[in-house]
Amino acid sequence: MTIPTSNFVILAAILFAIGAAGVLLRRSGISILLGIELMLNAANLALVAFGRQHGQLDAQVFVFFVMAVAAAEVAVGLALLVAIFRKQQSIDVDRLNVMRW
Amino acid sequence: MGTAVFYLVAAVGVVSAIAAMAHRNPVVNVLSLVVTLFSIAVSYALLGAEFLAAAQILVYAGAILVLFLFVVMLLGAPAEPDAGESRPFQRTAGLALAALAAAGGAAVVAAIHAAAPAGALRGTAQALGVMLTGEYLFAFEFISVLLLAALVGALVLVKRKH
Repeated sequence: MTIPTSNFVILAAILFAIGAAGVLLRRSGISILLGIELMLNAANLALVAFGRQHGQLDAQVFVFFVMAVAAAEVAVGLALLVAIFRKQQSIDVDRLNVMRW
Repeated sequence: MGTAVFYLVAAVGVVSAIAAMAHRNPVVNVLSLVVTLFSIAVSYALLGAEFLAAAQILVYAGAILVLFLFVVMLLGAPAEPDAGESRPFQRTAGLALAALAAAGGAAVVAAIHAAAPAGALRGTAQALGVMLTGEYLFAFEFISVLLLAALVGALVLVKRKH
């Protein structure tokens, strides 16, 4: 009946890998932020699974805080993307090379 | 039953995560990620984290991805290759998405009922609330400062200069 912790951790690992691949392979700024969200969620899932393993609720409190920080991160990240788009008419990260010397 | 729900939800989550990362259309990316986040919410419910399952749907699938969708629309989704004036798939796709959302909600409820029985760890709103307002009170209050700072920062970043 009880699903083993390892199942959840493996699922979290697969989701994290997909998110990391997205961050590394995509060139659109929005897709990169989506990949970061996926990785954060995979980490949260692993936290909750391990918290159940140890019989503690603290992990769920931490996940709650991670959600709040992720909301702040998304607000600032998307605002940055909008500002970049206004300046460059593009959110292709390959074209963000103004700080290159 | 819980195990079957887990495997079904995990498969759906992984497939939609791949779609969220690999598809060319940003709108499809965002909507696929919504499905993945729903499946993670069901996983939370299976782990006995009831409050987090609800918060995941409200905060992530609800608020954060709607924000993403706003920005995708604001920056302009790339032109569809063959966007004729008749869109035969639109209605079908809308109905399928609605059915999927309903199935997701049903799966969450079923998972909560199938969650670990008495004696197991249950992250109810009451249990988490006691911890948040007790042991973690400072961090809880500090989160509100962080959110305010992010709000001000986002406004400053997108403000037009005159």
